[in-house]
Amino acid sequence: MSPAEIWTSFYTIIRKDVVRILRIWPQTFLPSIVTSILYFLVFGAFLGSRIGAFDGVPFINFVVPGLVMLGVVTNAFSNVATVMFSSKFMARNIDEILVSPTPPIVLVAGFVTSGVVRGVLVGISVLVVALFFAEISFHSVPVILLFLVLTSIALALAGLINGVYAKSFDGISIVPTFVLAPLIYLGGVFYSVDVLPAFWQQVTHFNPLFYVIDGFRYGFLGISDVSVGISLAVLLAVNLVFAGIAWYFIRTGLGLRQ
Amino acid sequence: MAEFSTSLEKPDSRPAGGLAAAMGRPAAQAPTGRAALSIRNLTKTYASGTQALKGVSLDIAEGDFFALLGPNGAGKTTVIGIVMGLVTKTAGTVSVFGHDIDRDHARARKFIGVVPQELNFNIFEKVMDIVVNQGGYYGIPRKVAIERAEEILHPLGLWEKRWEVSRTLSGGMKRRLMIARALVHRPQFLILDEPTAGVDVELRRGMWDYLRSLRESGTTILLTTHYLEEAEQLCKHAAIINHGEIIASGTIKDILARLKSERVTLDLAAPAAQQAAALLAGYRPVVVDPSTVEVEVDEGRGIGPAVVTLQDNDIPVQMVRPKSGRLEEVFLRLTSGNGGAP
Repeated sequence: MSPAEIWTSFYTIIRKDVVRILRIWPQTFLPSIVTSILYFLVFGAFLGSRIGAFDGVPFINFVVPGLVMLGVVTNAFSNVATVMFSSKFMARNIDEILVSPTPPIVLVAGFVTSGVVRGVLVGISVLVVALFFAEISFHSVPVILLFLVLTSIALALAGLINGVYAKSFDGISIVPTFVLAPLIYLGGVFYSVDVLPAFWQQVTHFNPLFYVIDGFRYGFLGISDVSVGISLAVLLAVNLVFAGIAWYFIRTGLGLRQ
Repeated sequence: MAEFSTSLEKPDSRPAGGLAAAMGRPAAQAPTGRAALSIRNLTKTYASGTQALKGVSLDIAEGDFFALLGPNGAGKTTVIGIVMGLVTKTAGTVSVFGHDIDRDHARARKFIGVVPQELNFNIFEKVMDIVVNQGGYYGIPRKVAIERAEEILHPLGLWEKRWEVSRTLSGGMKRRLMIARALVHRPQFLILDEPTAGVDVELRRGMWDYLRSLRESGTTILLTTHYLEEAEQLCKHAAIINHGEIIASGTIKDILARLKSERVTLDLAAPAAQQAAALLAGYRPVVVDPSTVEVEVDEGRGIGPAVVTLQDNDIPVQMVRPKSGRLEEVFLRLTSGNGGAP
């Protein structure tokens, strides 16, 4: 295929999924928005004044970056996992692309980009909602954008890996429920790692999503538990590992060819 | 369910240029003798250890209408799965219009259009989107794909349904949608896997007409089917595959020539089947009912003498008809290991 044809195919894959994401907005955007509103009500309006401040930042302002990242992580992951799984097992419409000249890497890039688009759009939606409950400051917009996009890419790649491996619906619901949710909630969405006992502080440092949330929060508030450089390095390393696994899938036919 | 034959526009009522124009080539192309598909020593062993193909070799000339026949599990879906790129081969070579599917993967794919047996589009997508997106995967810009979709959906009777969500289509329309999707990139080689499986007779006949018109517009067609009458009606050449091996191939006429005898049914004007059977002992008769007798006519003998014998004995014959499709007879004999012998 010529570069123009490859671009057309890539654009088609993304356009198709983005149209789907926008069409089914009650499933793709609304849950994250409703959940974040509930968190903002509980931790801002109801409990915020009793909890006090973290590092001199009102609690509601402190949790906003973590709640935005909660939406980004879950949506970027589940979008690709669900699309890959359903197009493989439900309609088997992945064959539409497999029989075409579209190279496998373009298929993967298209799916991952769609996941990134959804992750970023949900993140922006939650941030817009947060404006009604908290005072949002932007310490470093480049850091915010970097963490937003790199996190979306990492989780979209993870969703792709999950979607390729999954053999049933359980296979794509286990990871978000039993892996992602604990990692993100215990990764410092609602607290600074400094408030934990020493042992649990050490344990938290093995949680990659801790670095994601900490670095993202630095972009808004200018405060962090670890250096933003370390957080960025961890995020890049996670991206590289997942990209390597995705590359292996591409080389071996994505597990889609018999 | 008569929609295919009633709503499918005939060639003369299509938009200007007709199907050939829709396919982007002049009408009535003559076969060139060039190989549209060339398969050499193709083998496939699945991870389970099942050896699905044991060295299949096959050539389909450009412009041909070719049938790949075989019982369930014979290997025909594996063959076309490899050609389509959905199954990886264990060994052998496959080229499409001279382009190897491994070394020149993208170019080979552009020649092929695929109509799978199972519905495999997203049922929540609109008809137009399914066709246009498929064009996109072949690198066709959206604007061009939309224009082509109109050219294709009209003759297939789907233009009025273009903004309908595909799950609302009838079964016959869904099958036609798969054909439309396979044609958007103007393939020169169309593969149809059991295109008429599970559709009613009228719809099947309508689809036959459409496939004939595609063939006339210059498209090479490979068809797998369980309906041997379909292959006999449509195809010039055929191959029969069984247990992963080609056991017969050539023109339909050549394959039929392997039939050394045929079963023929004689409908008698009177309930005299027992007497007729006694008179036709040399024809290995079987009494079906009091007025019907089945006989086996060996190659070169003809049914005429048997009919004359009955007439001479005051048993008039009302009708003489072959018991079943002749290709079906060959097929059954070959795949049951009878080698086509009587």
